[in-house]
Amino acid sequence: MRALRPALLALLIVLLLALPVLSEALRQPAAIGLATQVLIYAIAAMSLNLILGYGGMISFGHAAFFGIGGYVTGILYSHFAEHSAFLGLVPGTNDMLIVLPLAMLISGLMAAIIGAFCLRTNGVQFIMITLAFAQMLFFLFVSLKTYGGDDGLMMRRRDVLPFLDTRNDTNFYLVCLTLAGLWLAVTRGVVRSKFGLVLGGLRQNEQRMEAIGIAPYPYKLVAFIIAGMGAGLAGALMANYLRFVSPGMMNWTRSGDLMMMVILGGVGTLMGPLLGAAAFVILESWLTTLTENWQFPLGLLLLALVLFTNGGLAGLLDRLWGRTR
Amino acid sequence: MNGPPLLKVSGIAKRFDGLVATDHVSLEQNAGEVHALIGPNGAGKSTFVNLLCGSLRPDAGTIKLDGADIGHLSTVERVHRGLSRTFQMTQLLLDYSVLENVQLAVQSQAGHSFRFFKSARYDAKAMAAAMACLVRVGLCERAKVRVADLAQGERKQLELAIALAAKPRLLLLDEPMAGLSALDSQNMVALLQSLKTETTIFIVEHDMNAVFALADRISVLVNGRILMSGTAAEVKASDDVRRAYLGEGDV
Amino acid sequence: MLFLEQLLNGVQLGVTLFLMASGLTLIFGIMGVINLAHGSLYMIGAYASALIAAATGSVALALCGGLLAAGLAGFLIEFFVIRRLYQRGHLDQVLATFALILIINQSATMLFGRQPLFVKMPDGLNGFVTLLPGLVYPIYRLGVIAVGLSVACGLFLLINETRVGMLVRAGATHREMVRALGVNINRLYAMIFALGALLAGLAGVLASPIIAVQVGMGEQVLILAFVVVVIGGVGSVRGAFFGALVAGIVDTMMRAFMPGLLRHVLSGPDADALGAGLASVGVYLLMALVLLLRPKGLFVRPA
Ligand SMILES: Nc1ncnc2c1ncn2[C@@H]1O[C@H](COP(=O)(O)OP(=O)(O)OP(=O)(O)O)[C@@H](O)[C@H]1O
Ligand SMILES: [Mg+2]
Repeated sequence: MRALRPALLALLIVLLLALPVLSEALRQPAAIGLATQVLIYAIAAMSLNLILGYGGMISFGHAAFFGIGGYVTGILYSHFAEHSAFLGLVPGTNDMLIVLPLAMLISGLMAAIIGAFCLRTNGVQFIMITLAFAQMLFFLFVSLKTYGGDDGLMMRRRDVLPFLDTRNDTNFYLVCLTLAGLWLAVTRGVVRSKFGLVLGGLRQNEQRMEAIGIAPYPYKLVAFIIAGMGAGLAGALMANYLRFVSPGMMNWTRSGDLMMMVILGGVGTLMGPLLGAAAFVILESWLTTLTENWQFPLGLLLLALVLFTNGGLAGLLDRLWGRTR
Repeated sequence: MNGPPLLKVSGIAKRFDGLVATDHVSLEQNAGEVHALIGPNGAGKSTFVNLLCGSLRPDAGTIKLDGADIGHLSTVERVHRGLSRTFQMTQLLLDYSVLENVQLAVQSQAGHSFRFFKSARYDAKAMAAAMACLVRVGLCERAKVRVADLAQGERKQLELAIALAAKPRLLLLDEPMAGLSALDSQNMVALLQSLKTETTIFIVEHDMNAVFALADRISVLVNGRILMSGTAAEVKASDDVRRAYLGEGDV
Repeated sequence: MLFLEQLLNGVQLGVTLFLMASGLTLIFGIMGVINLAHGSLYMIGAYASALIAAATGSVALALCGGLLAAGLAGFLIEFFVIRRLYQRGHLDQVLATFALILIINQSATMLFGRQPLFVKMPDGLNGFVTLLPGLVYPIYRLGVIAVGLSVACGLFLLINETRVGMLVRAGATHREMVRALGVNINRLYAMIFALGALLAGLAGVLASPIIAVQVGMGEQVLILAFVVVVIGGVGSVRGAFFGALVAGIVDTMMRAFMPGLLRHVLSGPDADALGAGLASVGVYLLMALVLLLRPKGLFVRPA
């Protein structure tokens, strides 16, 4: 397996790059859209995996930052469309080069605030509190009638790039592919850095880390912020893909979906979230064609996965191949 | 002796619910001395170590390191003041390699670890320092092994290597010999002997041979209270100590 | 008078939350399991009693049926899923019980559709009483408060005075010890889980005539119950009680009075929008405040 890794990786990259051509050749135009979703969710899942898989922080509120990223995009667009300004101060925009960084910035800020509270606790309280804060934001956006409340916000067009027509689905796919690749590279760098070494240590034994003179809180908070920024980026891309944002983006079930992707792919692995996101999106779209009650088999599958395997799809494959860790 | 003692504990106390685990203990230790704390199971030895290193907060009393009150400092701050410890029940990063465990401690000494993009493996200086600690405790051949795969004795050695990586002025050892084979124990004693010149050691230990071989001064803790403090000979001769260990009426 | 009425509404929401939160906190405190599907038990209780009430018109049958259904569901969940999770990490517990939510919610949708059920207020309980001159209050809601408070008393007695309660308290702090003493820990856990399920079912039954019985109702209370547990302190039933009352009252009061108060400083629609927004996040802000002051919750002694 190990020796095959670079080859598999190269194959994956070629496939992803060739996907637009392939989908045309095989007359599967829907594939591009599906693949775009996979990449966007992969960014979100990778960011969750940083804190959950590497840092051991079980956040059940990650969709909050996904939603914030989406709303930054939607709100800026709505002001751009109406030629008005946010709070009468900040003019709207549809320039993706401004929107995406801003979405990351604001999501990171929210993550800093929420993380500052949540990380005062750990264990089961942390799970409950991240969930509760995400739900708080959900209700906040439901009550924000100015920005569509329950119904959300529509965007007439995607945000624009100066050198590329993002209305073309293939182009937008390539944008997402680039960003997903970049985010993967960032994650890889971070987990292998000194910071990443500390983060992994905190997952394994906080008491040990304190005993060598490393205070957990600031490191966990910074990881939480980075993760929030990743989710914000993904949310902004999703808003562009769907041309729609709604409080549903930060519903608690969405956090559960993100978690499921991380688990499906294998916790604490670099490529896991990408695999997991692909498995989830494909599974979901397949199940929905079979039955409108697709959550039922999904739930059963997840239950079976948790009870009978250890370590998600990757772990399952490892086991099938008889490799012990 | 000139200047204040390296460690000065005055009237420190800790209770858990109804149980008095540490009962107004006072004790002093000079730099360069090996001080051993002995006592029956449940006497409160580990609790005392936890109070010293800051994992537990005392209900009363003060702790001074080099004359400066450190009682209000967190564990992390105390480590950076030169207080380093090992755990009776080993606390290690099981998914990491032996080397990585030590490397983190070295990294912690070098300042903060908010370094995001350079791979941690390329810090040759940190790696060398970590390796030196492993050589010290005799684990250098096991550097690449995952800690989860280590034997109990090796884990104890690793505990010590990590504590050493923090370049302590005062090294707190909580039962470093427990769980070691006779041979490993001997090696550990020899190793601690060799450390005497570099750092000051406060050791909690049940292995009396080791204690008598190492300690300049021995304190006996019973029911959270210091029963007596003295040289090895004094402790051996004490009736009180024998009574405490062997029970009442058995003198 | 309006104030008193809302205060009573707050208390009523509070005791409902208590029924949920006490089960959650016991199950976590003693068994070390975080159970997201606790809200599903609430929903099952509500559905069962709503359907039985519609079919038979009998209040007693509806009550018993609701409790029975929730208890049975709790038993099955414990036996088939939770039992396998005691030794696992929180992540597995969260995912497995999240999967249960998906399964149970989807089953409810398949069986009963997406339309909410509305339960007719039982005859004889649909009247009002005059508590004070000018304060008329629905009998049913008073009844809910009374039932909730008596259950709370019952729980305190159970935990503080009985043998089971002693095991419960001991089990929370010294799990291994209790096991070593030869107590059948599996049976103890099953009983506690069943107790939690019954309490959640009772909350569902009681709430069914007041709110719409529909899929997703469980998760709304579940998350509020989490807030309560965090405020009160994980593992503390006393904390759950006071936390629930505080959360219930704060939530109800903010919703009732926030827009009105804001209307003094802002214009109508703005005030209503902002008021509604603030009101819906009130309990969460309360939780944040508690976390700042007492990260472990109000009723757990800081280490
Ligand atoms: N966190 C705690 N909460 C409650 N009681 C505790 C706690 N830690 C220790 N104790 C109790 O305090 C007493 C002293 O424990 P301690 O671990 O300090 O003993 P010790 O001398 O290190 O024993 P040993 O030789 O077995 O290591 C024991 O009775 C123990 O049960
Ligand atoms: Mg001890």
